[in-house]
Amino acid sequence: MRAGAGIAAGLVLLAALSLAIGATNLWSGPLDSGMVLAVSRIPRTLAAMLAGAGLALAGVVVQQSVQNRLVEPGLTGTPEAAMLGLLAVTLLAPGAPLLAKMGVAALTALLGTAGFFALSRHVPRRDPMLLPLVGLIYAGILGSIALGAAWATDLVQYLWSWQSGEFSGVLRGRYELLWLVAGMALLLYLLADRITLLGLGEDYARSLGLNYRQTLLMGLGIVALTTAVIVVSVGAMPFVGLVVPNLVSRWRGDNLRRNLPLVAAAGAGFVLAADVLGRLLRWPYEIPAAMVFAVFGAGLFLWLLNRPRVRHEG
Amino acid sequence: MIEVESLSLHRAGLPVLADVSLRLPNGGVTAIIGPNGAGKSTLLHCLAGLIAPQSGRVRVEGVDIHRVREAERALLLSLLTQNPGAVPRLSVRDLVGFGRWPHHRGRPGPTDHALVEAALERFDLLPLAGREVEALSGGQRQRVFVAMAFAQATPWMLLDEPLSALDPKFARDIMERLRDVATAGPGVVLVLHDLSVAARYADRCICMKQGKILAAGAWQSTVTSDLLTRLYDTPMRLAEVDGQPVVLSA
Amino acid sequence: MRAERRLGALAALLVLSVGFYLLWNLRAPFGFILGLRAERLVALVLVGAASGAATMVFQTLIGNRLLTPGIVGFDALYVFLQTLLVMLLGGAGLAQLPSPLLFLGETACLMGAALALFGLLLRRGAGDLIRLVLTGVILGVLLRGLAGFAQRLLEPSEFAVVQQASVASFNAVDGTLLPFAAVALLLALAGALWLAPALDLAALGRIPARTLGLGHDRLVMQGLALVAALVAVSTALVGPMAFLGLLAASLAQQLVTSHRHVLLIPAAAVLGAAILVLGQFVFERLLGLQSALAIVVEFAGGLVFLALVLKRRPR
Repeated sequence: MRAGAGIAAGLVLLAALSLAIGATNLWSGPLDSGMVLAVSRIPRTLAAMLAGAGLALAGVVVQQSVQNRLVEPGLTGTPEAAMLGLLAVTLLAPGAPLLAKMGVAALTALLGTAGFFALSRHVPRRDPMLLPLVGLIYAGILGSIALGAAWATDLVQYLWSWQSGEFSGVLRGRYELLWLVAGMALLLYLLADRITLLGLGEDYARSLGLNYRQTLLMGLGIVALTTAVIVVSVGAMPFVGLVVPNLVSRWRGDNLRRNLPLVAAAGAGFVLAADVLGRLLRWPYEIPAAMVFAVFGAGLFLWLLNRPRVRHEG
Repeated sequence: MIEVESLSLHRAGLPVLADVSLRLPNGGVTAIIGPNGAGKSTLLHCLAGLIAPQSGRVRVEGVDIHRVREAERALLLSLLTQNPGAVPRLSVRDLVGFGRWPHHRGRPGPTDHALVEAALERFDLLPLAGREVEALSGGQRQRVFVAMAFAQATPWMLLDEPLSALDPKFARDIMERLRDVATAGPGVVLVLHDLSVAARYADRCICMKQGKILAAGAWQSTVTSDLLTRLYDTPMRLAEVDGQPVVLSA
Repeated sequence: MRAERRLGALAALLVLSVGFYLLWNLRAPFGFILGLRAERLVALVLVGAASGAATMVFQTLIGNRLLTPGIVGFDALYVFLQTLLVMLLGGAGLAQLPSPLLFLGETACLMGAALALFGLLLRRGAGDLIRLVLTGVILGVLLRGLAGFAQRLLEPSEFAVVQQASVASFNAVDGTLLPFAAVALLLALAGALWLAPALDLAALGRIPARTLGLGHDRLVMQGLALVAALVAVSTALVGPMAFLGLLAASLAQQLVTSHRHVLLIPAAAVLGAAILVLGQFVFERLLGLQSALAIVVEFAGGLVFLALVLKRRPR
């Protein structure tokens, strides 16, 4: 549990940093610092943590469902499918309330994820790298449909804002949907053992008495809803769901029930750190957190991939 | 002649080959036998120059095999690895034709074509010559790969478990042809798991255990029930059925 | 001989589509319109041929028929290099340099960087292809991210200079580059044909090729240099196109049923060019859509990839 305490301390430190840093100086700025905190900084910090935790957890579920550690929600077409749904609503019912838009996005995200899952069953298992590649290309196809549609209807600007996750636009009243992610995380914790069984494969899970289809659908539903909420609120953030679960699993093994809180905390910490860094690197301008994370996340992943494998202790 | 001088190789701190030395005179069939993990395949790959040892050296026909260019090495020995892998859409004749590559480097002449036909004939592949390799059965495929190594026309042919997953009939086909080949010229060195096959066809043996050579020499005078028992750590018996040697694990 | 005849048919198809593209609905002033069309046509042919040939060579070198140089990050490397250049010289400084000189410099840089990076990876991971390819893919993402990162650090005006290079478009082709790109393409194609017999052997796999006396490492280096030059040609002209090459190379393999790269490489090049010219003809002339081609080609290429994966027999 010492690790848990360390991570918690780190998170608190990061959150404090995130509250203190920004274009407006809290101590000597022209604005009331209490208001800045309440309207912008606190929502922003919470949004980053929620999004990070949600993406990392979604990554775990995807990896268990397709039994491949190299896959994550960004490689299953989920964000692209959500964007397609959003585009459709924006075109057909521009006045729809945010919740309705999100519902449609979640639905298309679920369809897109299910499509990837159907595809994954036909991909030869021999090469573990084939599936992430297939996912990359599947996502690319959905993405090019979305780009084509956006391009034909002059919505490319919207699409770009969904494609690159950032938190500079987060204000009170515009991020609360993300609390759904917290609900999903709780649900996931209750389902942890079943998700672990999913990772053993259909035959084995069935022989242990699991309702495979139902569990799978629930898992994919959680992934789709989480991803859709995040895409709608802050935009897509690749790599979080890939890097964080792999790092935790390298470090602590694969007991899901014990790891889920760690995964969530680490995801929250990494994304928050990326956001803080993005604010600092080119102060007073900002670099999107997704971009910061893509660079560091890709670097971390390369290291994971090419480091000689070390056995981890329980 | 293949001369091996104190070959050593460590992987992840563990010895895979520990001070291996041996001499193989030209011609004949030499079987490398031993339990799993004894270093048989590694030794074969070292002989072929594909794995560089950490110390020691291998000379084939007087040439240091790890110091010579790939092109020259391929004129001294051919190697058939386990699971030679997927083949692009090649016909049997095309694949066997690649055996001549070291001699023509991409520009085949009439001699090359003639030798490919001879290899096809020798391994009974003429009826299959136009078929795609991927469409053949496992036994036929393996014959194609052996024919390709033969077409290379080198003084030495090295084969890593050429009989794995083959039915007895196919295994016998391949071994009898290899024995014919070996009496006519090139030396054949192969890793074998089936000891009865080794007992029947091998002229010489190299018995490996834990990266060391336990015994090596002419099969008749070297291999005994006692040696096999020590080699495999389980009671083994060398017997004879209808005049053919067989190995039983008693 | 059948394979040769099929290659001939493909060449005829390309000539036909070129004719259509140039002469369809030609009105006065003939010379002016022809000149305009010819310039874009040359760009299309160069990009298509470079992508097709590069992918064919690359797939053989790494022993996988599903990947393209684009998927493992070659064009990301190009965009990244260009961003670095803008950062070092500034957008204004860059604009002062003659674009052909810039193109040659960037091509040389890309060849060097690709050799250093992928050569190192290949040498370390030659035995473990899966890891190598995934490393390449992630490296591509990393480079794209780094380029985007660096672009954010640029002034907006300089940002626009780089932005052009990172999105595929056939509308803003720099005409002064064409002769240089053409020469680079021809040289690289000649090199690829020279390597063709060795590539035939390399297609058997690394170990079989080595036992047959091929200096595999050296061939990989030579081949990667050619691939880098070809990628530079197509990326400099229109920007990154990940799947055009896949489309061309897999069609070439289906249509020219031969294993000989002397035929496969030209077939992939001709097909790549024909796809672009025909596609542009259909979209620009018949449908009146100016810039849909890049998106549609990427879409179709992606579908081909999925079809190829699903068609492979699980073994």
